[in-house]
Formats: sequence, structure tokens, C-alpha cells
Amino acid sequence: MTTAIGKSLSRIDGRLKVTGQATYAAEFNQEGQAHAVIVGSTVGLGRIEAIDSAAVEKMPGVVAVISHLNAQRLAYNEHRGPIDPPAGERLHVLQGTEIRFFGEPVAIVVAETLDQAEHAANALKVTYSARQPQVDAHAGERVIPAVARRPGARAEADVARGDADKALETAAVKVEAEYVIARENHNPMEPHATIAAWNGDRLTLWSKSQFVANEQAEIAAIFGIPPENVQVNCPFIGGAFGTSLRTWPHVTLAALAARHVNRPVKLVLTRKQMFFATGHRPYTLQRIALGAQPDGKLISIAHEGAGETSRYEEFMEALTSVTSFMYSCPNVRTSYRLIPLDASTPTYMRGPGEASGIHALECAVDELAYKLQMDPIDLRRINEPQIDEGRQVPFSSRSMLKCYDLGAERFGWSRRTPEPGSMRDGRLLIGYGMANASYPCLFAPANARVRLLPDGTVEVEAAASDMGPGTYTSMSQVAAEYLGIPVERIRFSLGRSDFPATPPHGGSMTMASVGSAIRAACLDLQAKAAVLAAKGGGNAGLAGQSPEALEWRDGMLFVKGRSDRGVTYADLVSYGGESPLVGEGTAARDAETGQKYSMHSFGAVFAEVAIDPDVKTIKVRRALGAYGVGRVVNPKLATSQCIGGMIGGIGMAIMERTVLDRRNGRPINAHMADYLVPVNLDTPHIEAHFVDEEDTIVNPLGVKGLGEIALVGMSAAVSNAIHHATGRRVHELPIMIENLL
Amino acid sequence: MRPFEFQRAASESEAIAAAAAGARYLAGGTTLVDLMREEVETPEKIVDINRLPLNYIRATDEAIVIGALARMSEVAANQDVRRLQPLIPETLTEGASPQLRNVASIGGNLLQRVRCPYFRMLDAACNKRVPGSGCSAIDGLNAGHAILGSSEHCVATHPSDLAVSLVALGATLSLKGPRGERTIPVEELFRLPESTPHLEHTLEPGELIVEVHVPNGPYARKARYLKVRDRSSYEFALVSAAAALHVENGIIKEVRIAAGGVGTRPWRMNAVEQALVGKPAARASYEIAAAVSTEETRPLSHNGFKVKLLPATIVRALEMAGDVA
Ligand SMILES: Cc1cc2nc3c(=O)[nH]c(=O)nc-3n(C[C@H](O)[C@H](O)[C@H](O)COP(=O)(O)OP(=O)(O)OC[C@H]3O[C@@H](n4cnc5c(N)ncnc54)[C@H](O)[C@@H]3O)c2cc1C
Ligand code: SF4
Repeated sequence: MTTAIGKSLSRIDGRLKVTGQATYAAEFNQEGQAHAVIVGSTVGLGRIEAIDSAAVEKMPGVVAVISHLNAQRLAYNEHRGPIDPPAGERLHVLQGTEIRFFGEPVAIVVAETLDQAEHAANALKVTYSARQPQVDAHAGERVIPAVARRPGARAEADVARGDADKALETAAVKVEAEYVIARENHNPMEPHATIAAWNGDRLTLWSKSQFVANEQAEIAAIFGIPPENVQVNCPFIGGAFGTSLRTWPHVTLAALAARHVNRPVKLVLTRKQMFFATGHRPYTLQRIALGAQPDGKLISIAHEGAGETSRYEEFMEALTSVTSFMYSCPNVRTSYRLIPLDASTPTYMRGPGEASGIHALECAVDELAYKLQMDPIDLRRINEPQIDEGRQVPFSSRSMLKCYDLGAERFGWSRRTPEPGSMRDGRLLIGYGMANASYPCLFAPANARVRLLPDGTVEVEAAASDMGPGTYTSMSQVAAEYLGIPVERIRFSLGRSDFPATPPHGGSMTMASVGSAIRAACLDLQAKAAVLAAKGGGNAGLAGQSPEALEWRDGMLFVKGRSDRGVTYADLVSYGGESPLVGEGTAARDAETGQKYSMHSFGAVFAEVAIDPDVKTIKVRRALGAYGVGRVVNPKLATSQCIGGMIGGIGMAIMERTVLDRRNGRPINAHMADYLVPVNLDTPHIEAHFVDEEDTIVNPLGVKGLGEIALVGMSAAVSNAIHHATGRRVHELPIMIENLL
Repeated sequence: MRPFEFQRAASESEAIAAAAAGARYLAGGTTLVDLMREEVETPEKIVDINRLPLNYIRATDEAIVIGALARMSEVAANQDVRRLQPLIPETLTEGASPQLRNVASIGGNLLQRVRCPYFRMLDAACNKRVPGSGCSAIDGLNAGHAILGSSEHCVATHPSDLAVSLVALGATLSLKGPRGERTIPVEELFRLPESTPHLEHTLEPGELIVEVHVPNGPYARKARYLKVRDRSSYEFALVSAAAALHVENGIIKEVRIAAGGVGTRPWRMNAVEQALVGKPAARASYEIAAAVSTEETRPLSHNGFKVKLLPATIVRALEMAGDVA
């Protein structure tokens, strides 16, 4: 039997990518296509008073200037995908005069060439009446999310067990702190891009998307056409980190423009425009209070969190949810609030919610360790829970202790001397820090199709995406594993809305959900093939056997335990005129499992920083994560996922922030030279390790998901390391030179 | 981008004539083309000078001479420069990125434009872009802005790293224009913003930077550049310092210090230099002298940290220079 799962295969699409042959959304140029450029509002709140397009319409190459004055009235039928905020209504573009945030699209200019369109867009005169926007989360009102206010709400804003406040009063040792985390933008390499082409009332979109099935449904709802009339294609994604989960206004604008000018239209956002209306990690404010006994046992945890949202939608994330199960503690209280601002709606960004929430919790736990004069890992061990105490159910698996052991050993944690400022390398101050990480094992119904071709190769299809984790490769491994044939014979295709529907490519649920669906489709195909063989298909050697008595080995069907009279896939396909042979698979998690178990990945992450004692430059020299994520389908890809995630965490810790000008809500650093992300020189030696973990509960593949968790915890580990090096607790992210002077 | 006329000059006189008639010189284009694409710069005519024979590096006993079209990466890799003027390669490689340095020229580097974000936003008030429109940075976000040499009209820092080191080293520029040739100290190339921030340099219309002369002073080999920033590469300086020391028997004979990231032009630290001459080349002297650097600083609402960072950077740069064997 081929064992494809667990092999460190290189990316199947690696060569295509490095040789420029992988085709991204903006590269599907269509015959006769025009170029569209969005004109964004230059006020942060108010309304459009006038748009003077006459002069611009006469500029060279200009095909159309589209604004609320002449845009098609769009249906905007109700549609709320699983990645859309649970309350509020999405932005309607070019349908009225109201301006809700800086950069909101107010017009599109369509021209023959991109240069002409850009030039004309710059020349378009728009007059506004402006009001003062409120973009300061600190000054904003905090509201209970609408979904939590509804009777019988699924999401709760306030969760409590015991009495955290009372317990805190009696606690021998206490820590209280407030944490501020800056807004971040995803900033993937590939910009958002859509090419739209209508053919009658049928629309084809080549569009950067992590969720083509939803993009299809959303655009159909917006234009009031049947979903079957919309085809969305996206074979490759040049990084996304969550920014391409939702279908943002530019997709609508591309389709609207294409219809308006009656030819295909290409629309690519500029880097600056990627800071306006394609989501961001929300600015968050958190307060944590911990109380412990002198022996370190936690007796109280209070965690209050609030995140920015827009005034028209309520974006929610799991900011405080981990706090209820991370540690054993009898008295826990968490609360979650939203702060509506005159800004565009935030969205999921890698490790959403958990990354920000765990940052606060894990920095506070480190502070507590210092107050108790205990090793931070020892403190965590003492408070390791046996079950999910928040829900009072067992974990499907939890390898936290193994992660501490493995991580501490590989990192060399024992070399750490606890006194802040006590470790040096020459003049440099050295700090070690660590933190816990966690992310839920999400799962959503998924479908897949497997097609056996006469030449013995297999086509696998699902409307999934590959934004970088290596979905093409890992899904091929799953199919190869369950069909028992070499990976080279599998051709996996994704990124088409007419493929079997899958959940969003986010939340680390692609392998769990789509992988399980592919497994099911393979088993379905094998069952069908066995029936065919039993009927006398192939070389007729298996005729008359019961299908259950047959098994697949090396791409052939045999009687179990025997090696003679094998039938190949190719033999079978030609039999009975049924060509090709198709297997269909669906995967869903039964509700009972979800109720009976708490399912999460866990990890322990470590960082070493070096800080210049004079000028305070912060350098992360080493980062390491030890994770328990269930079965690892491809260790090489998994490691590379983790390295990328940890780098994202380092960015969150010491560099990334989107800065808004309070006067008008303008992001002032909307530029890759000004929005800092780590460059190679900032990328230290990074290691990812996986502990052995078998979880038969999460899903048939036993995979818990990975990708999101790799970012989680790193910002806390770095912050704790900075404290260890300098004795300074900075409660704001990112921590920059100016914070340490 | 606005449509423009493009011309390629075959000789210096042709280039100068075109520029005198209103064309802008195009060297590597990493500043100019970038800003043209954003329509911050809107020249009607461009004269490409890349065919002029100004891409050279010459070493003599007295000086290193660098043609205006030498590329940043070429100068940084040049063996004579590395040997005689190690400060220059160190400074150049701390700037921009390898890709940019491969095309960016030395002349263009000195005339690169400010990185103030409002300067690049067509809808924001900016006296430098549109004289008289106001300055968005003074009451806005100004963490990256100047604490020295600012005016009520503009507070943007000069972004060039190289200029800081050239000012420290006392380099001069050879210029050629419609009215002939002249030589000026690099320091005199840059104007303070005062009430005319749109005028950044002292070149006359059509004047071409031909070459840079960097004298091989006794301090040139004991010289270091320290650029302090929040990431290790591909970022402009929060604060930087070029320090060059001539030490005899442990006593500072001569010293040159200039700072970047703090001034509206590269800032020579004369008072700090004076406080060091005759003192032991040791941290204690550096600390006392560096404290002088903040005397005339005028921080804005968000850049107060630079007042602390400036002396720390100078101290450290001096220490690094002192350590050079
Ligand atoms: C993302 C980014 C990051 C950067 N980071 C840094 C950094 O960290 N440190 C740093 O120092 N620089 C940095 N730079 C700036 C870069 O070094 C300059 O853009 C470059 O040196 C300009 O040279 P150029 O030949 O491309 O000039 P061009 O863009 O061709 O010209 C710039 C200006 O100089 C004029 N000019 C050019 N040559 C002459 C001449 N011989 N005589 C008269 N006028 C002339 C042009 O007319 C134009 O006005 C960065 C640039 C970018 C885009
Ligand atoms: S600081 Fe100077 S460049 Fe920046 S906005 Fe003010 S005037 Fe313009």
C-alpha cells in the first residue's frame, strides 16, 4: 500500500510558480478588455455633493466614468456567507451619496489602458460635504454584539464560571494589565484583482478569492441573477491571510463596470487601495486580571476584550474564547464588545481573534510568573487543565505538556536565567520568552469529486483554494493514499465555483473538511469500482466476488490478501461503457461529536530577542514552535506553514500597524515602504516541531488543522522575551524602538 | 501618470540645454518615475542622462571621485572606495534594497524627495507639493518627521543616507550648468524649508551634478554609519549618524559627525564635534558631547522619541568608529 500521507513532498505547483507559469487572477486577460480604476473618497465621513465627469470623459482613452449618478441599481439581495459578519449589511457601492469611511469607492473610471484609466481617475473632481469621522477606538462606545443580544443567541458576549472578581480580591498574587493591539492589514504579495466578462446575463469572474463558491453566491445576490449564471475562477493565490475570504466591493465594481461598458473589464487594486475596503485585523483593547495562590494555582481570570468594527457591519472574532479553556481555574469571566467606528469593516486575518486574545492572556501569565518568581513554563504546567473547564467536556486531544517538553528542549529553555537583563551576548541584551498557542479545529461541510480515467490517472476536483499552504500537493497525497496509487497519477484541480462546493479556505479547515471529502470520494469510487469488478469488469478475474472481499493495492484491485488476478483501474473504466468512473464524497462533522468534545490544536512557542542597549533596536534571533496538530499530512509543507505563520507573528509583535489620521480616517502608511513587515534580515532561524498526536475524534483523517495556529502566541513570546531582555513590559503592539527608549 | 515628452541626451551640453528649457533629468528613475506614476511629480519633459559618460569611480591620493551616474551598488562594491572611504559603502548598503541600488544613481540619491506620507497623497495639503496649501504633517502624524531645521511650513526630513555621510566627510560637488561650471560643498546643496519648502536644493535651472569629490581625510578610515530603524533593511532611518574619527594616542584630533532622520537636511553636528576635539576617544567623552546634539531640537507631537534617540545614536556611532582598527 502506498502511504502518501506523511511524506514530505515538494509542492506540485512549485515549478509553475517559480517559473512564472502559474496564472493569477489579473493575468487572465480577455480579448477587448478595458481597464478600470477605482476613485476613493478623500473624506472619512459625509456625502458626495457633486461629481464632475464631463472633462474626464473626454480624456484620451476614457470609455466611461461610472458613479452613483449613472451606475446600474443593483439588487443586493440578501446573502450572508459564513465569512460575512453576522449582523449589519454589506457596503453597497455606487448606489448613493453617503460616505462611511475614507477611501470608500465613489466612482470607477474605465479606459483603454491602465495608464489612461489611472490618469483620468486622478483628474476626476468629486466634491463632498464632510463631517468629522470617529476612528479612535479608545474614544469609541463599546457595544454588545447584536447576535449576542438576540434571545437564545449562539454567540455569547459574556461568559463566566465561579466569581472571578471576588476570587481576585482574595488572591495572594495578582496581575492586572491593559493591552492595545494595532490595526493590521494583510498585505499579501498579490493584490486583489478581478477580471469580469459578461456573456448575456452570464458572468465569468477571474478573481482572487479564498472562497470561490461564496463569491459566486454573493455576486449573484448582488446582481440579482441565479448563481448558476456566475462562474468564478481562481487557480492560484499569491498569499491572502484572510483578505480574500469575503467578496469585497471591488469585485462588484469590476462586474458592474463590465456590464456598463459591455466588454470585459480588469480591475486591480493598488497597494494603497488594499488598505481601504478589503478588511483588516481590528484594533483591539483588552484588560486582563489574573489572581493566583502563592503556589501558582490560578484562582481567577478576568478577560475583557473589545475590537473595532464599522458602523454598517459587526465583525466578530474569537478574541476572548480561548481564555475559558486554556488553564484550569475555578473562577473565569470573559466579555467581548465591539467598538463601531467610521471605518470599513475588519475581517479575519491569520490567527484571527485567538492571536490577539492569546497575546494578552499569555503576556499576563508571564507577568504573573515573575510576581510568583516561578518559571513561566512551570506556572503553566501547574495550571494545565484535564478537561475544557469552560464547557465541561473532554478535549479530543491536547498535547500541551508534550509541546512544553519538546519546545523547551529544542529551544534550550534551561539556559535561561530568569532575572531581566541578566543574559548578554557581547553588548546586546538577550531575552527568552515563550507563550501558549491554540486554535480551534474547525470543520465545515465539503464536497469532492474523483474521476478515474481510462489511462489509470485520477482527476480530483473541489472548489477549494491554495493560498500558499500547498493544498494542491496535500490533497493529491490524500487521494493517492486512499486510492492506493502514486501521487504522480493524481491531478487535483481547485478554484472553480462549478466544482463541488467547499468551505472557505481559512480557519485552518481546508485539510480537515476538503481532505475528508476527498477521502470519502475515493472510498466511493473504490466501492463503485469493486461492484464493477464483481460484475465481471476489467479482465473478469474478479467476477463473482463480493465487493467487500476486494481490496485496492498499488492501483489494482485484488481479492483481500491475494496478489493474483488483479484488476487495474484502467481495465475497469472501459467496462460497461461507464467512462470515466466517478466517485463523489461529502464530509460533515456530526453535531454530537462537536457537543461531546472540545477540539483545538495547541502549541508552545518560543522566541529569543537581542536588544541594543543604546539605540534599542529589537531583533528576533530565534523562533521556535512545538505544536500538537494531529496528523501531519506533509511535514515539509506543514513546517513551511509554521515558519510563515511565526514570521507573521514577529511582524505583529514588532512591526505591523496601520496608522489612521484622526482628522479624516486616512491610513497614512498605506505603502510597503511605510507599513513594515519583516524582511529577510528580520527573519531569524525558525524551527517548527510537531509532537506525535493521534486524534481519532476530530475527523476521519485525524488532522487538526494548522496555519492559523502558527501565528498565534508568537507576539506574546516576543513581548515576554523583550521583557526578559530589558525589564520593560510594553503593553502595546507593535513594540518598537520608541517604546523602549 | 501624465503624458510627457521624452528625450535621450547624447552629450552633457545637450542635456543641460534641454534641462535649461524645462526638462527634468532622468537617472535611475527610482524617485522620479515613482512620483510621476503617482502624479506627485508632473514634468512635461524628461531628458534621460544615462548615456552620458558619468558612470565612473576614480581614486587618487587626495580624494575619491564618483561620477553622478555611478550606481549605488557599484560604488558600494568598488575596492578603492571600500579601502579609502569605508563609510560610503557602509552607508550605501544600509539604504533602499539591492534591486533599487542596482539602478539608483549617486546624483539622483542626493536629490531624492522626502518620504513624508502627505507629500505623496494628492488630496492632502502639502506646501512642498502645492506651495501655500498648508502642511498636513504638523498637526497630523509626524513620528517620522524632523526635530531640527523645520519651519512652520514644512517638517519633512531629508531621506538620503548617503548625503549624511558625504556631509560628514566634507565632500564637494562639481556642477555644470548653462552658465558654466562650479563646485559647492554637499552641505550647501540642501536648503532649509523656511517659507519655501518646494525649493529643496540650490542648483540653478538646468544645472547638472557631474561628480562628487570625497577628500581622503585622516578620519576617513575610522568612520562608521549607524542607521537606526524598526526593521533591519528597506526602511528609512528613524535616526542615523555618520561618525569619522582621527585619534592619536587615544586623543581625538579631528572628528566629523552628521546625523540623518532628524533634520530637514543632512545635519552636521558641529557643536558635538567641538566638544570632542582634544578629549579621550572613550565612551564618557562621547556621552558628554552627544548630549549637546539635542540643544536646538524642536520635537513635534509624535517624534519626541527622536530627541532621546539622537544622542544615543551618536554615542554608538562614535563607539563603532573608535573600534575600527
Ligand atoms: C522603496 C524605496 C526605498 C528607499 N530607501 C532608501 C534608503 O533607505 N536610503 C536612501 O538613501 N535612499 C533610499 N531610497 C531612495 C533611492 O536611493 C533614490 O530613489 C535613488 O538614489 C535616486 O536615484 P535615481 O538615479 O533613481 O534618481 P532619479 O529618480 O532618476 O532622479 C531623482 C532626482 O534627481 C534628479 N537628478 C538625477 N540625476 C541628476 C544629476 N546628475 N544632476 C541633477 N539632477 C539629477 C532628477 O531630475 C530627479 O529630480 C529609496 C527609494 C525607494 C523607492
Ligand atoms: S512636512 Fe513638508 S512634505 Fe510633509 S506635508 Fe508638510 S509640507 Fe508637505
